[in-house]
Amino acid sequence: MSTTVEPVTGRIHSWDLSTGVDGPGTRFVLFLSGCPLRCLYCANPDTWHMRDGEPATVDEVMAEIGKYRAFLTTAGGGVTLTGGEALLQPAFTAALLRRCRELGLHTALDTSGFLGARATDELLADTDLVLLDVKSFDVRVHRKLTGGDLAPTLDFATRLDRLGKRVWIRYVLVPGWTDDEDAVEGLAGFLSGLDCVERVDVLPFHKLGAHKYDALGVPFPLRDTPAPDTALVDRVRGQFRGHGLAAH
Amino acid sequence: MTATVTAAPRTADAWRRFAGSAWRERIDVRDFIQANYTPYEGDAAFLTGPTDRTRAVWEKVSALFPEERRRGVLDVDTATPSTITSHAPGYIDRDRELIVGLQTDAPLKRAIMPGGGLRMVENGLKAYGYEADPFVTKVFGAYRKTHNDGVFDAYTPVMRAARKAGIITGLPDAYGRGRIIGDYRRVALYGTDRLVEAKRAERALLDARPSTADVIRDREELAEQIRALGELTRMAASYGCDVTRPATTAHEAVQWLYLGFLAAVKEQNGAAMSLGRTSTFLDVYLQRDLDEGLLDESRAQELVDDFVIKLRIVRFLRTPEYDALFSGDPTWVTESIGGIGADGRPLVTRTSFRFLRTLYNLGPAPEPNLTVLWSPRLPDGFKEFCAQVSIDTSAVQYESDDLMRPRTGDDTAIACCVSAMAVGRQMQFFGARVNLAKALLYAVNGGRDEMTGDQVAPETPALTGEYLDYDELSAAYDRVLDWLARTYVDTLNVIHCMHDKYAYERIEMALHDHPVHRFMACGIAGLSVAVDSLSAVKHARVKVLRDATGLAVDFETEGEFPAYGNNDDRVDALAVGLVESFMAKVREHPAYRDAEHTQSVLTITSNVVYGKHTGNTPDGRRAGQPFAPGANPMNGRDRHGVAASALSVAKLPYEAARDGISLTTTITPEGLGHVPDERAGHLVGILDAYMASGGFHMNVNVLDRATLEDAMDHPEKYPELTVRVSGYAVNFVRLTREQQLDVISRTFHGSL
Repeated sequence: MSTTVEPVTGRIHSWDLSTGVDGPGTRFVLFLSGCPLRCLYCANPDTWHMRDGEPATVDEVMAEIGKYRAFLTTAGGGVTLTGGEALLQPAFTAALLRRCRELGLHTALDTSGFLGARATDELLADTDLVLLDVKSFDVRVHRKLTGGDLAPTLDFATRLDRLGKRVWIRYVLVPGWTDDEDAVEGLAGFLSGLDCVERVDVLPFHKLGAHKYDALGVPFPLRDTPAPDTALVDRVRGQFRGHGLAAH
Repeated sequence: MTATVTAAPRTADAWRRFAGSAWRERIDVRDFIQANYTPYEGDAAFLTGPTDRTRAVWEKVSALFPEERRRGVLDVDTATPSTITSHAPGYIDRDRELIVGLQTDAPLKRAIMPGGGLRMVENGLKAYGYEADPFVTKVFGAYRKTHNDGVFDAYTPVMRAARKAGIITGLPDAYGRGRIIGDYRRVALYGTDRLVEAKRAERALLDARPSTADVIRDREELAEQIRALGELTRMAASYGCDVTRPATTAHEAVQWLYLGFLAAVKEQNGAAMSLGRTSTFLDVYLQRDLDEGLLDESRAQELVDDFVIKLRIVRFLRTPEYDALFSGDPTWVTESIGGIGADGRPLVTRTSFRFLRTLYNLGPAPEPNLTVLWSPRLPDGFKEFCAQVSIDTSAVQYESDDLMRPRTGDDTAIACCVSAMAVGRQMQFFGARVNLAKALLYAVNGGRDEMTGDQVAPETPALTGEYLDYDELSAAYDRVLDWLARTYVDTLNVIHCMHDKYAYERIEMALHDHPVHRFMACGIAGLSVAVDSLSAVKHARVKVLRDATGLAVDFETEGEFPAYGNNDDRVDALAVGLVESFMAKVREHPAYRDAEHTQSVLTITSNVVYGKHTGNTPDGRRAGQPFAPGANPMNGRDRHGVAASALSVAKLPYEAARDGISLTTTITPEGLGHVPDERAGHLVGILDAYMASGGFHMNVNVLDRATLEDAMDHPEKYPELTVRVSGYAVNFVRLTREQQLDVISRTFHGSL
């Protein structure tokens, strides 16, 4: 075992408790600051810059999480690290996951996988569940939609499969961007080849974060994009199910 | 040598196949239940839908609701003061009804009950376009004193001033106090002959004692109880039921029990007329009839459905002001379901499920006030079903069985919203509540009222600094609370002495043991406003703005302060301290009839009215703005989700608030999970975790704001929309506009 000096501080945006949307049960959700991507539909533009976050030590964060330990355990939940992009602060994230593990809390990492290479095997060993956000299966759309490449995400998915991690896929359905039938087929086909994928959550695009863009004085590019209708959501879920995936 | 019980043949038949012995020799329904009930650990799959008969009866009476809603009341018998026997039998649909009995001779026709106060009756009649009957006015004006008259004869000027200023408020001094649960099950299990015999035995013990004032009062009360049991017998006979003998079938058991309850709601217009804990008791009878092949599941459900129809149409004549205070027309016919027995067996039976099933068979409704006594140890199938019912109807509340059982036993029922009592052994004197937020302003203003400038509390030096000093404010607050607790308990003593004297609950008390254990149920309102105000003074800087007379009328807060509702000990400890300190102060003052002091953190829905009568507060709340309900954090200040909010409330010690701590939560459907099928399981997890963390009560609404907004604009589309407010449920479309806006302004725990 190598001994490393643990970085004690990271930058966080906020924390919240949620139920059934960030992994199983009721969870303590920590939003870390900073993200390398700029997804057009992002609901949390206030988490883009690490410099905007509050500095916090691992001990401070764990003190807050500790208050909920019994509640989270009884409620069948745990802790989810998200952001921003939690892997932008891999050492801080790793330390938090380890400490949660030591408390016996179920751990989930919500990530785009774009920085998956920064997640060490040790970090992943302390992660019970990965919520992998795949933004698009079309490389060109992916670049336009997020500003980043798709390949790192797919590499990360393959690595998670090799490591035998539990993975839930999150797919935000944006009309005109991620509803292309062929692209969904491609993704479903790819995912069905991975044993690690337990379920696919198709999340209808919403504009509840629009006011944050106003507050930041940043234009919200999808302001006029409609939310997907039920028929579209059903079609996309159906495509995933057609490949034997448990889609919700 | 013990004597063998020589029951008459009719009793032998009624008690066929029943086990156990103690309950045969003394009045002890709990012992009967424990010896005979069949726990059910399965799921809801066995339940059946409404029969054509049930639908027909329910549709017939439901058809009257729109007209009642339009006019406020459907009809009133203005000439006949209600007693147990005052009215001829009434029916919804005589040929189809299984369970019979109405408060008057027609459904939804209200009775007058002037014993509580004549003015309440007169104002109620006037408000709905009825003339008071001159004979009634004469009798209760000239010859027969009412509770209300008695109270005002004995109030002191200080009590009147405190009441008028609204620092002590909602007092049951002009209406029936309610919150007493008769053990209506006794009528079914024993029949009234046996109950009279037991009462005579209690009376005989008193006859041997010297005639002191207390003994004389007890003897007179027992005489009234025995008389009331006779009236119950006669009223039941008018419906063709011989309740002198025990019930012999499930049908009779439901009917007998209901007739006992009916006698109570014919005699008392109590603020809350709760039913008790009847489902598992009735299950013993239903199960015996099922085993004997006397009925099938569909018929068992029909009996429960028909019973619940009756409970849904209990009505009282009240004033529009009263209804505005309590939102709609509540009767708090609270039925407590579930829980765990002292021996560890769950008290869940198939009939626990059948009661909840009525919310589907008859549609959602606020009454009866279905209350689940929750424990993480309840069977999974029952927990899942409860959660699903909450998600579908928002009509259920949950109270911690694990907190109550060690204190009031495993035959505890809830009166009103959150008040726990051992059925038939304990009763309470309902004491409404004091306004702790207003009291804090009195501390700033040297006992003057911030709205009127009147000197209400004793004059003390007002705080004069430009900024409020926490230590100075705390000391002044403590002095005001000392005065308030003393004045409050004193006021309640007057009220309950007069209620016993002029509006004694004869039949309800006939269905209690003698002597009975009494609670003096005090209460506090405005907890979160007071606590956040203290937090602002402690953790930020609060500047005082005063008018020309030196009265503090507004505050400017500089800096941030932690708010109650975020699981933050810096402020939650202030809430715990305030609850404990006021309880201790209340306990210092002797209570009428040696009642045991308790207090609740509950506002009913009067949080809106209390807010209206309270000035600007240091937490930034504006004058007139509603308080949060019950023990809730202030709307919008709980920023970290339902778990954080609930854990703040769970810190309030039940030991210092034995009359209950109310938390009302609203969660959007999505807030319980992305996948609909998983939501019930998630809600079970939240309830388990909240109760395991020491939480006492949770009202669960699963609603989104858009639905409520649409219901405000189109009430006709939502006749059944039920919303839990503060220990009970209301029909959303019957709330005042102000109350509707208050419900909508509350925190909706959702997700982005």
